[in-house]
Amino acid sequence: MADSGPKRDQRWQIQIQDLHKSFGAQHVLRGVNLNIERGKINIIIGGSGQGKSVLMKHLMGLLAPDSGHIFVDGDDIIGLGDVAIAKIQRKFGMVFQYAALFDSLNVVENIAFPLLERYHLPKAEVMDRVRSLLKLLDLANVSGIEQKFPAELSGGMRKRVGLARALIDRPEILLYDEPTTGLDPIATKNVDQMIRRTADEFGVTSVVISHDMASTFRIADRIAMLYEGVIVANGTRAEVMASPHPMLREFAEASGTIHFGSAPS
Amino acid sequence: MTTKAAAPPPGGAAKPQSAAEAKFLGFAALGRMFSPLTGAITVFGDHILLLGRAVAWLFRRPFRLRLFLEQMEFVGVGSLPIIMLVGFFTGAVTSLQAILALALFEQQRYVGFGVGISLARELAPVFTALMITARAGSGMATELASMRITEQVDALTTFAVNPVQYLVTPRLIASCLMLPVMSMVFNVVGLIGVYVVAIISYQIDLGQVLALFRLGVDPLDYIEGLIKSFFFGVTMATCACYQGLGVRGGAKEVGLATTRAVVSTSVTVLVLDYFLIQIMNVLFPYGT
Repeated sequence: MADSGPKRDQRWQIQIQDLHKSFGAQHVLRGVNLNIERGKINIIIGGSGQGKSVLMKHLMGLLAPDSGHIFVDGDDIIGLGDVAIAKIQRKFGMVFQYAALFDSLNVVENIAFPLLERYHLPKAEVMDRVRSLLKLLDLANVSGIEQKFPAELSGGMRKRVGLARALIDRPEILLYDEPTTGLDPIATKNVDQMIRRTADEFGVTSVVISHDMASTFRIADRIAMLYEGVIVANGTRAEVMASPHPMLREFAEASGTIHFGSAPS
Repeated sequence: MTTKAAAPPPGGAAKPQSAAEAKFLGFAALGRMFSPLTGAITVFGDHILLLGRAVAWLFRRPFRLRLFLEQMEFVGVGSLPIIMLVGFFTGAVTSLQAILALALFEQQRYVGFGVGISLARELAPVFTALMITARAGSGMATELASMRITEQVDALTTFAVNPVQYLVTPRLIASCLMLPVMSMVFNVVGLIGVYVVAIISYQIDLGQVLALFRLGVDPLDYIEGLIKSFFFGVTMATCACYQGLGVRGGAKEVGLATTRAVVSTSVTVLVLDYFLIQIMNVLFPYGT
């Protein structure tokens, strides 16, 4: 682990220290310590109900922890006021599990939403940015896509529109909430490629929460495993592959896609 | 959001070890006894808090006029056909009954007087509120609930947009502005219903009906009705948005939220009606 603290760190964009969160009697996060590497794809894996989504909501300041700290570029985001937190939130883009597109708005209005809400830009500039993203995400050649409503799109397309909406304000950090859940193997692969390409082309820091082991090992730069509210395994893909935590091993092998040949028993 | 009663200790009632503990257990038992009451108070308080936040956000930037107009169209223009239909038949049916009753005294010409006052003070505001709740209130609850379960509400927050300001405030303002308007439409169409039954069908003299109507129905009656409609609008938007945004879970919960929104609004409208009448009887004494 790198030295953590309230200074901007070149390598780690987000530093989470001893994060605790309970809902009533349920102690969901029990002291999470995790660093997110700048410009890389950081995947947090874990089973259902292990607190992945809760952790992600903390990163964006949507939930307040009971104790602990989250430093984003050296700034502690815990306990900030509305205005300060909104400023930090602009560094983030979030891609939701089922895209969470606003179904009363069409594709263009959905993608442009963050821009229209935050700035007063000329319409032509907004449209330029929307169209260039549509092109980049291979949506431009779908006929009439701009005026379509979310209900008229396929699952994969919706996800790409969701990504475009997250990308339009040029965030530094992109959060993906289980991006491949509910997709067929080919669509899953496309989403994986999309995450990889986005990370490479935009240089964004990606944080992906997932329980899809095959995808994880295909695209991750760093892997962390959240189990019972703590991070039990953490490191680069190679490090994690070389010495998997027993839980990670069980998890991966249960998925039937990953086998740790050289891993110690 | 309801408060949960304290869970009983495992293995049945534990024996208190000390006086302090006995006191605590006593309070806990007392708490459990009153938990339905405290739960109801909490829910009521949550409604008031939501309403307060929605009003507070009205005065903060950005102002999204488009959202207000969209909601006004949904609550107002969209409800026009049903309000006109119900208004016409309410006026017609009430005057039919009134004529039958007044015929006992050969005083059918009082039909405009009686039905006019009933419409202005009670029938128009209450029926309008109930009809718009069934149509627009249920729609609001369903829309917000499905936005909640598909994470659209969370998505708003990630763009630093306050969901109360974006979703609740426009619905609140649209409801409390459009319900009085729709109530007036109800009044006018209701009087057309009276005309059709009394003048055309029963051939009562128009001049006498009109003269007695003017004598008996005061502009204050209409103002009272409009004030009530305003508060019914506030009630409807608050209940519908509260139920919609409070939903957790799946499609079944969306349906339940809609049902709860319609039932709680309808009951609250009728209860509130009683108290508003009492208050307004003091403010504008009847017959002055």
